[in-house]
Amino acid sequence: MFGKLTLDAIPYHEPIVMGTLVAVILGGLAMLAVITKFRLWGYLWKEWFTSVDHKKIGIMYIIVALVMLLRGFSDAIMMRMQQAMAAGESAGYLPPHHFDQVFTAHGVIMIFFVAMPFITGLMNMVVPLQIGARDVAYPFLNSLSFWLFMSGVVLVMVSLFVGDFAATGWLAYPPLSGIKYSPTVGVDYYIWSLQLSGLGTTLSGINFIVTIMKMRAPGMTLMKMPVFTWTALVTNILIVAAFPILTVTLALLTADRYLDMHFFTNELGGNAMMYVNMIWIWGHPEVYILILPCFGAFSEIVATFSKKPLFGYTSMVYATSCIGVLSFVVWLHHFFTMGSGANVNAFFGITTMIISVPTGAKLFNWLFTMYRGRVQFTVPMLWTVGFMVTFVIGGVTGVLLAVPGADFLLHNSVFLIAHFHNVIIGGVVFGVFAAINYWFPKAFGFRLNEFWGKASFWCWLVGFWMAFAPLYVLGLKGMTRRMNHYANPDWQPFLIVAALGAAVIALGIFCTLVQFYVSIRDRKKLTDPSGDPWGGRTLEWAISSPAPFYNFAIVPQIKELDQFWEDKQNGVAYVQPAKYEDIHMPRNTGVGVVMGAFGTVLGFALVWHIWWLAAVGLLGMIGAFIVRAYDRDIDYWVPAAEVEKIERSRHAQLQQFQTTQVAPVAAPQRQKVA
Amino acid sequence: MSSAAVRASHGAHDDVLHGGGVDHHHHDDGSKTLLGFWIYLMSDCLIFSGLFATFAVLANSTAGGPTGKELFELPYVLGETMLLLISSVTFGMAMLNMHAGKKGGVVAWLAVTFLFGAGFIGMEVYEFAKLVHEGAGPSTSAFLSSYFTLVGTHGLHVTCGLIWLVVMMDQIRRFGLTDATQRRLSCLSLFWHFLDIVWICVFTFVYLRGAI
Amino acid sequence: MHALISRLRYASVGVAVLLSGCNLEVLTPKGDIGAQEKSLILIALGLMAIVAIPVIAMTLWFPWRYRSGNKKATYTPNWSHSTKIEVVVWTIPAIIIVILASITWTSSHALDPYKPLESEAKPVTVQVVSMDWKWLFVYPEYGVASVNELAFPTDRPVNFQITSDSVMNAFFIPQLGSQIYAMAGMETKLHLIAREPGTYEGLSSNFSGEGFSDMHFKAIATTEDGFKDWIAKAKATPLTLDADSYKSLAQPSEKAPVAYYGTVTPGLFASVVNKHMGEMSHEAANHGEMPMEGMQMDMHHHEDGDAVSSNITPAKAEK
Repeated sequence: MFGKLTLDAIPYHEPIVMGTLVAVILGGLAMLAVITKFRLWGYLWKEWFTSVDHKKIGIMYIIVALVMLLRGFSDAIMMRMQQAMAAGESAGYLPPHHFDQVFTAHGVIMIFFVAMPFITGLMNMVVPLQIGARDVAYPFLNSLSFWLFMSGVVLVMVSLFVGDFAATGWLAYPPLSGIKYSPTVGVDYYIWSLQLSGLGTTLSGINFIVTIMKMRAPGMTLMKMPVFTWTALVTNILIVAAFPILTVTLALLTADRYLDMHFFTNELGGNAMMYVNMIWIWGHPEVYILILPCFGAFSEIVATFSKKPLFGYTSMVYATSCIGVLSFVVWLHHFFTMGSGANVNAFFGITTMIISVPTGAKLFNWLFTMYRGRVQFTVPMLWTVGFMVTFVIGGVTGVLLAVPGADFLLHNSVFLIAHFHNVIIGGVVFGVFAAINYWFPKAFGFRLNEFWGKASFWCWLVGFWMAFAPLYVLGLKGMTRRMNHYANPDWQPFLIVAALGAAVIALGIFCTLVQFYVSIRDRKKLTDPSGDPWGGRTLEWAISSPAPFYNFAIVPQIKELDQFWEDKQNGVAYVQPAKYEDIHMPRNTGVGVVMGAFGTVLGFALVWHIWWLAAVGLLGMIGAFIVRAYDRDIDYWVPAAEVEKIERSRHAQLQQFQTTQVAPVAAPQRQKVA
Repeated sequence: MSSAAVRASHGAHDDVLHGGGVDHHHHDDGSKTLLGFWIYLMSDCLIFSGLFATFAVLANSTAGGPTGKELFELPYVLGETMLLLISSVTFGMAMLNMHAGKKGGVVAWLAVTFLFGAGFIGMEVYEFAKLVHEGAGPSTSAFLSSYFTLVGTHGLHVTCGLIWLVVMMDQIRRFGLTDATQRRLSCLSLFWHFLDIVWICVFTFVYLRGAI
Repeated sequence: MHALISRLRYASVGVAVLLSGCNLEVLTPKGDIGAQEKSLILIALGLMAIVAIPVIAMTLWFPWRYRSGNKKATYTPNWSHSTKIEVVVWTIPAIIIVILASITWTSSHALDPYKPLESEAKPVTVQVVSMDWKWLFVYPEYGVASVNELAFPTDRPVNFQITSDSVMNAFFIPQLGSQIYAMAGMETKLHLIAREPGTYEGLSSNFSGEGFSDMHFKAIATTEDGFKDWIAKAKATPLTLDADSYKSLAQPSEKAPVAYYGTVTPGLFASVVNKHMGEMSHEAANHGEMPMEGMQMDMHHHEDGDAVSSNITPAKAEK
């Protein structure tokens, strides 16, 4: 009846897990009580859960990513504490079984359930606004993608309390992840949460390619597209090209585990090297999927706050595309030590190094954007400069690891750990925080508090270097990754410093939370009446903050790159049209939520081998989809009169604001308020 | 993927609601849906490439078990292939009827397509059952694992296509040949021919190569 | 270029001296391979510093110089293109990468773990089996075996043949140089040589499950006489490593103590490798090289796919 699921699956004997469970249950109950007390259920359902508005979906992605960041970061703190303690004879406080799950969950959560939703959320929030579109190409599909991603999140969280999670490392190399060496449900949670959210990612990749290719405002040729949208385009192409490979790889692992097949087993002709190849054919493009939109965000930010157009737009576009293509021919550098021949290793080493040329060009372009500009040290700009310094070091150590001869010494050491955190924290996390600070007013209508934003930045920057510089050194001292405990007492001082660094980062995360709280409290003072708080250059700043649900009352006509900036220069930025038109909008739908819920049921049932429930989940998903196909009331028209009303009040607000300001685009003055 | 079709398929009844008084054409010409569906097909194509690559790697890893040469019955598989090829032709007939605006013809040809598709699946299921019965199931060797997975994934796709066919027949019967149903049918047609092409590759690389 | 490299080497030595304050084992090699890899690391870092240091300096200097409060600085609000600058910022990194690529090509061949070392001295062969969670070392030339302790003479090449009895591991002695994966059903190879006697840490660098953290061993590089003594000590042990005792040894265990086997059934290592190949035909056994070939099918845009696939031979399976 319940497959492998029994009451023993709940880890009663693990005080840390049970403590977390109690906290989650109490917190959850408190939240439900608050929602019920303030009668928010209807609002949440109508305005958020069933929404097909790309801006709201984007915001939901980012909120979930922030929550999951807390989870992934608790894992990080636990690891750093364990390694700071477990020297010599000491075993630390986490037994290997628990520690192994912690580092696996940390990697999986940070990549799939923090970095990915941050990126997808940003693209959702920004891309349609930057290209002058009213929504994405397939709004329902967008909602479905989000809820499939959510079912992945739910499964990962459930694994903490019911059963266990994979204890294999974040890429679950077989044969270790095979049923023989990992007989518990941990790897199954891993597989199904990734499959569900991966499906959502693929669908949103398709969605965004079509959106960018087909829905740009008239006149916006590809080479007049904002850089962030360009990076989003390349990223989504990479998603569509790479994620199917992940799907196949995990499916084959599933076949091994569930159907006794022999793709990657030691026995009967299986070949584990094939898994390693396949997972990295997805895995390497994946890191560029994460970093490219961050490069795009930095490009927008550096131009805006240097009060100059981006230097070398064209070479930026070509550099982005180059990186995208090259990212598919470097995967073998993740396992030079597998014993491939010298020619093969050298080939993949060299292709990897070549990527540093376009990446370097990007850095120079940002530098020369600041050169002879008027640089404002706002929060997004601080993150950008911090990124540039940090990322150069990460790039250097990355190219070093791309030399096979050097990798033979440094592979799988904590030097490698330091390297990829250097590029992922220094690149993706810094980029996401820069972007959140930059686009927050567009999403909510008020800016974020500067003081706490800056405090967060400095904590992260200092904390990052404290946490990972020691790991670079330890890598050179021969410490390997994923150690639960170690005999060499020389390592301990470095690991204690690293743990302190993690504590400083925790302070940075705390500052971010305070920043949100303070900004919401002071939202009147931080309000953005113009819709253009920074003196922006791209289309999203032309409309009000928060953006109206239809984005653009009149579809803009594009003649220039940075059209909005040109319009402001020519004094035609805020001209009201003579006449408004009806606007066609998609209707909200709960089908995405329902399919996501059935998806969660399906995943959970498959994990525990509850076949009847799996059938319910699968049929539920298919059924909901078919029901949707029969729904013919999927859209509506916003009458021109209503559009006019909304736009009038916007222009009235704008005029009132402009009369109180000497120069409408003189953003520097306004920032002093913060 | 029919959701994609759904999304962009509002044209028809909107115009009824709005009497066409305003120019509502800029937002929807169906090309979005087709582009999206093509991209989906490309991503599906990558899934099959992954499976073909796996099969190529493991084709000789029979672990002492039976080889393709011992197991495959070419004439039987040729029969399967013919069923699927004919179903593509009959789908083509359905599309011709759609362009001619003949609702009845479309449904009838879709029904014929369904029968051929179902026949294909039936034959495949029988073939699998026979192999398992002979002791050549998917857990026998890496070669058979990859064989069952590759061919089975294609079969699963055809099964999805069959469900989609049923839904489309019903929708055309209910709603007629609207913009929405026509667009969805065009997507299904692409999907069906795509599966045909994949099967040709399966037939060549798995069965023919295995039998030689 | 050679002059450049030698100069870089001096610069790197300076950095090394700085870092040596905290005794970096990986950068204090005790053998030829490790020494070459160390200088490779330092040369590569030095080369990259040519671009990295100016970039970091500019990243700090530009925003400060052109801060909005500094009205003395030039402001060119519409300047966004300069062919000259573009050429420079693409060319200089490209030149450095070309130099680094040629170093990579040469060093990848010179340091290929599969390449036997050139030496007058007769090499020692050690067959390595990674188990859950310990290391077995078999000396086929001497008919002895040991667990979690490895000994070999200095100044004589050691030819390692490596496999795994269970999951993937990596065989690594940081102070001697390269590491290589240990995989079931396959044999990987590694060639090392020690130049200084001493006891070095050896470990698995690829996570392999619960007992992974204790999966380390002592690698004893000793004189010719010391090695003879060690072999004699092992030989004097009454334990025999045959099919049965191997089976009980292969059971998962953590923190396994050092053990010696005075006699070893000949062909034991080959049987461990073959065990995991099932009854695969010999042809199939060579399909270690197949994955990449298949993989190329995914890579449409990979123009030189054929040229590559024919060379790609991860884990050349044992003939």
